[in-house]
Amino acid sequence: MSLNAITDRAPAAGPSTAKWIGWTVVALMAWGAVYSQLVPFSDWVMASTQVDPSSHLGEAVSFFAYDTPKVLMLLTLVVFGMGVVRSYFSPEKTRALLAGKHEGIGNVLAASLGIVTPFCSCSAVPLFIGFVSAGVPLGVTFSFLISAPMVNEVALGLLFGLVGWKVALTYLGFGLGVAIVSGWIIGRLHLEHWLEEWVRNIRSTAIVMPPEELTVVDRIKAGIEAVKEIVGKVWPWIIAGIAVGAFIHGYVPASLLASIMGRDAWWSVPAAVVIGIPMYSNAAGIIPVVEAFITKGAALGTVLAFMMSVIALSLPEMIILRKVLTIRLIAVFVGVVGTGILAVGFLFNALFQ
Amino acid sequence: MKDVKVLGPGCKRCVTTAEMVQTEADKLGVPVKVEKVTDYAAIAGYGIASTPGIVIDGKVVHAGGLPKAEDLARWLAA
Repeated sequence: MSLNAITDRAPAAGPSTAKWIGWTVVALMAWGAVYSQLVPFSDWVMASTQVDPSSHLGEAVSFFAYDTPKVLMLLTLVVFGMGVVRSYFSPEKTRALLAGKHEGIGNVLAASLGIVTPFCSCSAVPLFIGFVSAGVPLGVTFSFLISAPMVNEVALGLLFGLVGWKVALTYLGFGLGVAIVSGWIIGRLHLEHWLEEWVRNIRSTAIVMPPEELTVVDRIKAGIEAVKEIVGKVWPWIIAGIAVGAFIHGYVPASLLASIMGRDAWWSVPAAVVIGIPMYSNAAGIIPVVEAFITKGAALGTVLAFMMSVIALSLPEMIILRKVLTIRLIAVFVGVVGTGILAVGFLFNALFQ
Repeated sequence: MKDVKVLGPGCKRCVTTAEMVQTEADKLGVPVKVEKVTDYAAIAGYGIASTPGIVIDGKVVHAGGLPKAEDLARWLAA
């Protein structure tokens, strides 16, 4: 049925379009078939290695054998889907939507568009200048810049695969919340004069690119391209992360982390945020380890705060942004976003007892 | 002689884009002068919000991500 729906909408659906859609459907079905066999597969691995499943080594091996293919497959699916969705958006279109928007609604819109707009940290500076010089309010621009890297498909895909969809959705919701509120506060502080001077002096006319004519096939290709680029880059980190996670699963005593990362240790939330700042992104390597922490007694709010801090407050990104922001403005940015993440950690630990 | 500017702070994609422009132009036999613009203020002046961007004879034709070869051919032939 979905196949008909897609072909009906495509105006120039030639034979090759049908072929592409057909193969995509076949690939998705094959994905589902393989995915449903993962438990038997890991059982088979366990049986053939002849390790006692209840031993330390057995727990570690079974975690590794089941989670590695599962997470890589879920991540591939999420990245593919996101690649297709993102082909409908561009930073220029997003900027046109945000220009002249009032704060409040502008922050909500910017944070939401941050999830679906293609964004690479190497073009953070051109994007920042492009937004601000074209009349997007500073706070609204920040909402976009906070949400775009934090609520990304790798983090969502991995959380979905390792910890479950509820936590993935919670991360999405709280991530958006932090981006919206932090951007709104930065906007209310009226810090435009804390931008580097040359940035303030740029007056450019925002251009709107002529709409690129993308066919359904182009969009499917965009999804495949995203998988090649993103999954192709992060898979070694994921495997390394799962290996460390597997070791923790098998060898670390169950309640070891409860005292340091548990709900009762209030100081663990700020500690998690501070430790997270110098650790650069690699959501890919960190999430599998963090998942193992949860099973060993770490509180979920503390863990979420840690992940958000690692991903949203990264030193390399601050160094890049230093080109356009004064140190004072960067300090405000870190302070506001860090406080937001702290609040998420405490709130979450308090709500989900 | 077409004047092509590739806008970008010098990331890998920007370098690849400049190479793609040259390759495509050679294939079509269109004489081009490819210049990389890496200065942030200059890039912003063209009004784009994502890099790499491509400007041909003063007109912005592309922004964000690697261009498609067939689009490059179309822009260079125009």
